[in-house]
Amino acid sequence: MIKKNDEIKIGFYICHCGHNIAGTVDVVAVTEYAARLPYVTVSRDYKYMCSDPGQELIQKDIKEFNLNRIVVASCSPLLHENTFRTATAKAGLNQFYMQMVNIRENDSWVHTDKDMATLKAKDLVRAAIHRVAYHKALEKKSVPVNPDVMILGGGISGITAALTLANAGKKVYLVEKEPTIGGYMAKFDKTFPTLDCAACILTPKMSAVKNHPNITLWSYSEVSNVEGYVGNYKVTVTRKPRYIIEDQCVGCLACIDACIFKEAKFKDEFNEGLSKRKPVYIPFPQATPLVVLIDPATCIHFKTGKCPQSCAKACDRNAFDFNQKPEVKEVEVGTIILSTGFQPFDPHKAPYYGYGKYPNVYTSLEIERLVNASGPTDGHVVTRDGKEPKSIGIIHCVGSRDEKTNKWCSRVCCMYSLKLAHLLKEHSGAEIYNFYIDMRTPGKGYEEFYDKLLNEDVHFIRGRVAEVSDWAISKDEEGKLLIRVEDTMIGVVRRIPVDMVVLAVGLEPGKDAQDIRRIFNISCSNEGFFLERHPKLAPVHTFTDGIFIAGACQGPKDIPDSVAQAGAAAAEALALIDAGHVELEPNTAYIIEERCCGCQVCINMCPYKAITFNAEKSKSSINEALCKGCGTCVASCGSGAIFQNLFDDEEILSEIHGVLVE
Amino acid sequence: MQSIEQNNEQWSPRIVAFFCNWCTYTASDLAGVSRLRYAPSTRVIRVMCSGRIEPTFILEAFIKGADGVLIGGCHPGDCHYSEGNYKCLRRFHLLQRYIVEMGIEKERLRLEWISASEGKRLQEVVNEMTDTLRQLGPSKIKEVAETIVK
Repeated sequence: MIKKNDEIKIGFYICHCGHNIAGTVDVVAVTEYAARLPYVTVSRDYKYMCSDPGQELIQKDIKEFNLNRIVVASCSPLLHENTFRTATAKAGLNQFYMQMVNIRENDSWVHTDKDMATLKAKDLVRAAIHRVAYHKALEKKSVPVNPDVMILGGGISGITAALTLANAGKKVYLVEKEPTIGGYMAKFDKTFPTLDCAACILTPKMSAVKNHPNITLWSYSEVSNVEGYVGNYKVTVTRKPRYIIEDQCVGCLACIDACIFKEAKFKDEFNEGLSKRKPVYIPFPQATPLVVLIDPATCIHFKTGKCPQSCAKACDRNAFDFNQKPEVKEVEVGTIILSTGFQPFDPHKAPYYGYGKYPNVYTSLEIERLVNASGPTDGHVVTRDGKEPKSIGIIHCVGSRDEKTNKWCSRVCCMYSLKLAHLLKEHSGAEIYNFYIDMRTPGKGYEEFYDKLLNEDVHFIRGRVAEVSDWAISKDEEGKLLIRVEDTMIGVVRRIPVDMVVLAVGLEPGKDAQDIRRIFNISCSNEGFFLERHPKLAPVHTFTDGIFIAGACQGPKDIPDSVAQAGAAAAEALALIDAGHVELEPNTAYIIEERCCGCQVCINMCPYKAITFNAEKSKSSINEALCKGCGTCVASCGSGAIFQNLFDDEEILSEIHGVLVE
Repeated sequence: MQSIEQNNEQWSPRIVAFFCNWCTYTASDLAGVSRLRYAPSTRVIRVMCSGRIEPTFILEAFIKGADGVLIGGCHPGDCHYSEGNYKCLRRFHLLQRYIVEMGIEKERLRLEWISASEGKRLQEVVNEMTDTLRQLGPSKIKEVAETIVK
């Protein structure tokens, strides 16, 4: 199925990609082979086609040989299609006359047999050369970009991105599912390696978000639906009922004092359950927005309807509304940044560490609250039974680097364990043992912090802890927790009795990450963290244009990296906004009216309601603005009346013939 | 068809692989980036959505000598275009019955949901399918079609 047209002049270029391609594919043989294929005027190989000289080579040839079709055999089009399209366009040729052949990701990187890899490359090259003859000159459609941005997740990443964009004069909607912004950082006492107070650096940013005229903060809210495309997203946000009218509440907290429960008796989520709260509560004193909320699961009014509502009576601003319902908001934004964060590993999944079984086994997050001056014990380190621990064991890699739980390194646990070791030592004077399998401190000032700890009388024992138990075998072990570990430095199994165990839990994808991924139509990596477009070159982009990711939702990250990535995501959003418009792929479908038989099969196929039926003419037509270019209607059309730019029948069929027939 | 002329042990079937841009093509990229080795049997043709794949494409591939056709799309519920993969699935079932009538073993046509993160799954599927096709041997339908045309 080779197009009969003497006018077609194809330039073929194959890239060595250093040794990445040339090491497995015989590029010279493919070049010579391509030169003999129909309409190929020029056939060349070059070490790095994507480099400037590589691109100039194409441009020079286009002008010199009057080439009107270009085929580049190199890496994935998802990586460099744009590069070669731009190079083609620069030489005055329509950019859609260029076709890429993926002989790296699909060939040289996955095969070892040189002959077979070269044969495969020839097949793929032949397909592209067949196909490119059918290419048409197309124009990219330009659509305006709505300058407003939505940011999902109000942790340090979301806060940073929101402030950056808002300071640049853009309107930002910051949506947070918890009643307050701040995320995990708000729970920390001090940050490594500088040991500066987390609250002191975070809370001013939180109030800056609240007070910024360009930021609309929707806490206690979730995104329920997203429609549209880059530059023009329509997002539906559901605001959960707090049973408090947000604008009326000034955070005086009189209602909490007046609550019918004289004593707080429900688990306080912010303090990791180490303290109690009432049904009407505020997550923590610096919560932003500073608005109380009612937990209907524990409130007498919601459970029995027989409550004198003393809280509402104590409110002199009439902020209570027990009949509040979820409120649905719809906003239009041009770009979206996802900074939905992580969840800490649940140590119940590693029962051998005794979490939940022995009260004095804690997670690191619980310790963060315990050593925090504004925490449940005002910073005093005491066990659950009120005793001051004389010895504390910190177990690293709980739920990280473990085939049984999570395979990945959570990146932050070594450093926060060192920090907690320092803080626990400072607060309690106890003997501290760190049980580690590798010490990973890759960050500015991190190794120095480790050195500092080594000089602070903290013990370091290399070896993965097998078990935490209370099985004493000697008198001095009684009433203690026993950590059993193989000390791999001296090659013996040791039993270390301690009063308190801290589990350095790792970072996992958030529990609603999969739902968010579906709503926003983005991909996840194997572990469940959101997948970036390219690990090196596009770390904050997703495969969906206009949707960016920042912070620990992309993978375990510490605060400096989260902040840096949030800034990058904000900058990428700004670049789109300030360009004012974005160009869309022209791969939309269209109907040739004369051929349409009016059967309307296609109408049911279209998920976007882009196809309408004109009853008068008995023909269907496609609204190009609504078409997203999936091509499902094209495949369903029995009369061959529907075509899709870039993926026409003859283009795909010529490719099929090309890969199979010499 | 130089590969078919080699003996059966060495013989590598030719699989025309239609991969959707968003999931399976990306998985194929990931397999590459992760250097996952698999049989050099696939010839990937990228489409935007598995819903674009027409029965004609698959039949044409068989008639022109494909030993197998592999369709890769997003997992149900994950389609970039909401539901293109469901439409692909419907066509697939009908077509798999139809090719059997034509004398093509149904194992030669395979549909797999492979998400962007499942580079490893891609490797497994290609290797499995290659093994299956090795057992079946080269497809005869090309010769049959050519005889009919003559």
